[in-house]
Amino acid sequence: MEPEAEMPTPGRITRDDVAYVARLARLNLTDAELEGFTGQLADVLDHVADIEALALDGVVPTSHPLPLSNVFRADEPAVGSDDDADHRLFCEEVLAAAPAFEESRFRVPPVLGEAP
Amino acid sequence: MSPETCSGIDGWEVVIGLEVHAELATATKLFSGARNEFGGEPNTQVDPVSLGLPGSLPVLNEKAVELAIRVGLALNCVVQPSEFARKNYFYPDMPKDFQISQFDQPINGEGWLELPDGRRIGIERAHLEEDTGKSTHVGGGGRIHEASYSLVDYNRAGVPLIEIVGKPDLRSADDARAYVSELRAILVTIGASDGKMEEGSMRVDCNVSVRPVGEEELGTRCEVKNINSLRSLGRAIAYESRRQVDLITLGQKVDQQTRHWNEEEGRTHTLRSKEEAFDYRYFPEPDLVPVVPSTEWIDQIRMAMPLLPGERRHRLAEEADIRPEAAALAVERGLDDLALAAMDLGADPARVLVHVENNLADGQGTLTADGFAALVAMETGGELTATQAKTVLADLVSSGGDPALVAAAHGFEAMESSELEGLVESLIADHPEDWEAFVGGDESERKKKSGFFVGQIMKTTKGQADGRLVNEILERRSTSR
Repeated sequence: MEPEAEMPTPGRITRDDVAYVARLARLNLTDAELEGFTGQLADVLDHVADIEALALDGVVPTSHPLPLSNVFRADEPAVGSDDDADHRLFCEEVLAAAPAFEESRFRVPPVLGEAP
Repeated sequence: MSPETCSGIDGWEVVIGLEVHAELATATKLFSGARNEFGGEPNTQVDPVSLGLPGSLPVLNEKAVELAIRVGLALNCVVQPSEFARKNYFYPDMPKDFQISQFDQPINGEGWLELPDGRRIGIERAHLEEDTGKSTHVGGGGRIHEASYSLVDYNRAGVPLIEIVGKPDLRSADDARAYVSELRAILVTIGASDGKMEEGSMRVDCNVSVRPVGEEELGTRCEVKNINSLRSLGRAIAYESRRQVDLITLGQKVDQQTRHWNEEEGRTHTLRSKEEAFDYRYFPEPDLVPVVPSTEWIDQIRMAMPLLPGERRHRLAEEADIRPEAAALAVERGLDDLALAAMDLGADPARVLVHVENNLADGQGTLTADGFAALVAMETGGELTATQAKTVLADLVSSGGDPALVAAAHGFEAMESSELEGLVESLIADHPEDWEAFVGGDESERKKKSGFFVGQIMKTTKGQADGRLVNEILERRSTSR
């Protein structure tokens, strides 16, 4: 439930940090791309760091720009049941759009390791 | 405690903390209107959100939040403003490559759960998250590392879960089982979950470490996954704690690991080490806004809560003047309301509880509080022996009726004590040696012989005599000689 691996150290972003994040995101970057993205990401972070120039004592951190909370939907099914023709058609189309399926399940390459 | 689940190891203390995932009993998923039902055909309880299709957006299920708050209140947690976060990982059971969970701001903060014996086990947090899809590995005999491919069913993806993280306050396999049983009873009572471990709607991950008795510092822990029953939980803890003690005793170190419990082999094996642990790169979910439950809403939910198992134990214990632990079985069997009603009608609490524990294992059937109270009154008034009362009770459970009439139909009549006295006297005359052995014997000999005499009287009277009364007569006669 908690991130257990080491997070990149705070401070100016390094080429190693970018390589690490790229690996987590399964991105294969060339050396030139690594170099380029390190510079670009550093610029973005520098821009955000401008906020530190402000006096923010007592300001509650926000995770959202919208002044909204408690947006809910009612607990009512929005799709048909198993035997609803339209819904079945949707399910069949979805399966058919996948590269492979078997016994109504998506067929995927063997997965190494166990689910987290 | 059976040997296989005994986790006590001389000189060592086992420290256990449990993470329990329970599927919430909603009609639909956490973030969409796809159905939340167990056992549908694969990939039919899906919609664009649970399939992670591009452009689909999550909208939070209000009922799931309400159930989460109920869980928080039942576990004495601080119910607080919360946010959702993305937990990123690549695995086909989550088609959008992240799971929406709660991270640094869970809906329920610290709380506690009281075990039937009165001990309080700390709760770290209880947060909302979505369940994942289900993978089946094909080829390689179902073994994940040798599978030739996997099949994925997304019916379960997006089902609302509450993850209840317990503090490392448990000290044995028995503790852990008692905790999970109590937690399940609470979840079922408040209607939050059906708590079915066998259907996977309640799942337990177990953190185990060991330390020498008296040591304050915690040992290195291992997390054990894939525990599917209370029995597995006990076995896994016994195995894992033994493994760690053996390692330390041999001068080796316990590595922090995630381990997999193999039920068939009865052992745990390594899934991944600390170095291989995932970096989930949690960040706030931009598609969902914070949840800030109002005090009014929380109070409203609190008012609608049923009595919890712990509260029912205390209520019965107070009425019957016993320890809450002794009331546990009656509450577990759902017979505490019946017992309390019978006591209110004047029935002797001790006799009521004896019947609840020994003679009502299969529930009350057609037994009413009135019938129960009348029966106990007949028993304590000497009109029925304990054996006869048991017989009448069984009839009241299976077909109801008036205990006096049922007793009469069985031909149960109170035997006059003078009549019994006569029977005992002639029995003693017929067995002088047994009588001498009873009178002059030590405690165990007396017990043996009194058993013999009571048995003979029961035989002669076809069970009509009151065993307690026979014992009294024997005692009186042996001391007044």
